[in-house]
Parts: sequence; C-alpha cells; structure tokens
Amino acid sequence: MLPWVLPAVIVAAWWSSVRFGVFEAHQLPPPLVVLESALGQWRRGLLQQDILMTVVRVAEGFALGSLVAVLLATITGLSRRAERALEPTLQALRTVPTLAWAPLLLLWIGIDEPPKVTLVALGAFFPVYVNLAAGIKGVDRKLLEVAEVFGLRRVAIARRVVLPAALPDLITGLRLGATQAWLFVVVAEFFGASVGLGFRLTDSQQSTRADLMLVAIVCLAVLGKLTDTALRWVERRLLSWRDTLGTRGAQ
Amino acid sequence: MSRPLSISALRKRYGDLPVLAGVDLEVAPSEIVAVVGPSGCGKSTLLRLAAGLDTHYRGEIRVGEELVCGPHPAVGLVFQEPRLFPWLSVADNVAFGLSERRGGEARRLVSDALAAVELTAFAGALPKQLSGGMAQRAALARALVTEPQVLLLDEPFSALDAFTRMRLQDHLLAAWTRYRPTLLLVTHDLDEAVYLADRVVLLGERPGRVVDVMPVARARPRDRRDPTLAALRVALLEALHLERDSRLVTA
Repeated sequence: MLPWVLPAVIVAAWWSSVRFGVFEAHQLPPPLVVLESALGQWRRGLLQQDILMTVVRVAEGFALGSLVAVLLATITGLSRRAERALEPTLQALRTVPTLAWAPLLLLWIGIDEPPKVTLVALGAFFPVYVNLAAGIKGVDRKLLEVAEVFGLRRVAIARRVVLPAALPDLITGLRLGATQAWLFVVVAEFFGASVGLGFRLTDSQQSTRADLMLVAIVCLAVLGKLTDTALRWVERRLLSWRDTLGTRGAQ
Repeated sequence: MSRPLSISALRKRYGDLPVLAGVDLEVAPSEIVAVVGPSGCGKSTLLRLAAGLDTHYRGEIRVGEELVCGPHPAVGLVFQEPRLFPWLSVADNVAFGLSERRGGEARRLVSDALAAVELTAFAGALPKQLSGGMAQRAALARALVTEPQVLLLDEPFSALDAFTRMRLQDHLLAAWTRYRPTLLLVTHDLDEAVYLADRVVLLGERPGRVVDVMPVARARPRDRRDPTLAALRVALLEALHLERDSRLVTA
C-alpha cells in the first residue's frame, strides 16, 4: 500500500493543477485525457509497436554491452598485464560523456538499427565494467588464500572464489547499466528513428501533442521500473547469503 | 598413517628484516606440537611457509620425504579467522577442497567431517547464521575433510571467548583422535599450549628461533586443573621472561 501513496498524490496534484488552471490543458493534459490518448494509440497499434521496438533495442544493447563488460572486467581483474594494457584506455574513454558518441556513431554505422543498439550497449557497458572490475579488485585476499592452500589453479580460483565474491558488485553494475540503457535508447531514437518511444517523444513535440509525450514518458517510467524490479528479484535470489542491512530478516 | 613434518635451518627475511633465523623443528607423525612466543617472533610466518603460501625462504620444509614448495595436498591449514565463503552453505564450504572427488564419496567425507566437529545439524546453514565458535568449527572441518597428514593451525581460537575456546580445544582433540594428523599449532595462549600439545616449542623474537622445547608428559584426556600443567605454564612464562631479559641486557 505505502509505495502507491506518492504516485497517487502526484496524479492528484497533476489533475488538480490542470483543473484549477495552474497549467493550460494543451501544456499539461489532465490524466484522463492522457489515458484516452494512450488507448487511442493502442487501438491504432502504434503504442505496442513503439514499446516493442524500444524494448528490443534496450534488450539487445544491454545484453551486448554487459556481456562485453563482464568479459573485459574479468580479464583486467585477473591479469595484471591485461589491466596495464587496457585500463588506462578504458578510463580515458570513460571520461568522454558517452552521449557524445551518438553523432559519430550515426555517421559511421548509418541510421539503421546497429548504431542505436551500439549506443545503448555503450551506455550499459561502463557501469557494468567499472563495478565488476572494482568488485574483483576488492575480493578478500584471505578468501583467495584459502583456495590457494587447497592448491586451486587460477581459472578455478576465478570461477569458484573471485566471481561469486564479486557478484554483488556485478549486480549493482547491471542495475546501473540497465538504467543507462533506457536513457540511451531514448537518445538513440531521437536521431532518425521512425518507431519507438524516443521517436514518439520528438515526433509529438513537433506536432505539439503533450498528451502523446506524456504517454511515452509514463511508458518509459513503467518499463524502467519493471527492469529494475526484475534485477532486484535476481539480486535477492542470488545474494541472500550476504549479511547486510539489505538482507536483514530475509532467509 | 600420517607423515612427519620436518623443518630445518629455516630462514626468512622481509627485505632487510630477518624474521626467522634458522628454525629447526621436527614434528613426529600424529604428534601435537604447540609453538608459543611473543608477537612478532615469526610464528605465523613459520606456518605460512609450512603451508606453502610463501615459497621465498632458505632452508628445508619436508612433509615425510617431500619438499614443500607450494601448497601441498597433504597439508591443511586453519587460519586465525574462519574465512568461510559467505555464499556457500556450511556443507559446501567443508566440501570446497574436495572438488575433484566424486559425489557420493565427497558427501560421505563431508558428513564425517561435520560430525567430527558436531555441526551436522548446521550443514545447510549459511556462514552468516553461525556463531564465531561454530564458524571456526566449520573451518576446522573444511581443513580436515581432505584428510591432511599434516594440519597447521594459526592461533585458531584466539578470537573466541574463554569458554568457547575451551570447547573448541576439545573439539580439536576429538577431531585429531578421529583423523590423527600431525599437528602444528601456533598459539599465544600458554594454557592452550600445555593442554593440547605433546611438546611446546618456545620461539624467541626478532629474529625468530627456537629457544626452548618443553615436553608435556601427560596422557590424554588431560585435566585442565592438573598441577603439572600449571607448573609447566609457569616454567614457560619464566622462559619467556628470561628470553626477554636477555634481550634487554644485550640490547
């Protein structure tokens, strides 16, 4: 019940601010009008199409970006040499605001799907990489010694000690990466898409349809929240062993 | 049949600082030897070298006839802290060193080891659910499950309260009776040394070397109130003070 109080208050404030003339209805259409517009878009098949396209782009980009991030972080985390070879470059690239790549990517890979997915992947990559790399660096040396006493080889130590120990950081990275992926998909769709929630935002701006913009924004909020809920469910399942404030009382 | 542990002319330095200056120590098969000495005398270093965690030393460490040059499958080590893997259940922690063995045999070895430290009821528990004493018992079971012929213990009970410590000493003796490993125990608790050991080795400090060896000629089970043990404790205390005084005179 408690989590729904604030959204209800916001919708109520939204409704009353239009009702009592704080905003004009064409600037901020009331909730019911937005709902009607959403149903209208749905009936015309446009809303499903937008959502599906955006979800596919996020899923592809997020999967690609986090996969590459996990591979690279594992390599640089476990090999001093790989770290010396890769880390400075990655750190330098990280300081470039990732969105700055967008125009260049469009120029290079065209305005089709690949540049959009690449941009989303780029957005997901850094949070996952940075968190997992830090997690691997932070694995307790004392636990590694236990594995060494048992004569485990490097690959076995990585699989049985380092990765499980760094799992909390990996999941933190994935959650941040997913947020970034949703941010970047909207930006990617600003540039020359013909379908998708981000495209619908720019398109509705040109036709001054604030109701359709709000439909897209609410959809993005819901989808982002669903992604995070799913990842938190995974987190709770995989990390119930942690003895922290977050796992207190859970068995 | 367990094998002897032979340490001869063992020297170790950290940079310019000599830590061990020619330690000779012979532990007979299934014998219990306690090493005591002031902090900084190199007791823990001695165990780390014997466990193969550090291979930069001069001199010889042998298990039976074999030279120790890295972690050895016949040598187990219990650390000062439990160092359990927090994401594994107690049973999986105990099974950690058995990865190469087959399922049925591994299960039997694990349940034997858990029974030896009376933790059978907690096989499925996570480390965060254990008390300090139980966690250290699980660590003891993990070291015993591979049936090491030499078991090294590095101040294993020093972080526990006096009552838990006494109980764990009895658990250790019970487990030793069951597995009969050659046992080298580093401790700073003189009561623990005279209660558990067949011989107590006194290490002098900076650099560490054997300054005295006292046999404890009492049959097990021993009575903690035994005046002979109390007298030995006094003798050890005096030897430690003599050692310090002689250092002060020469300094």
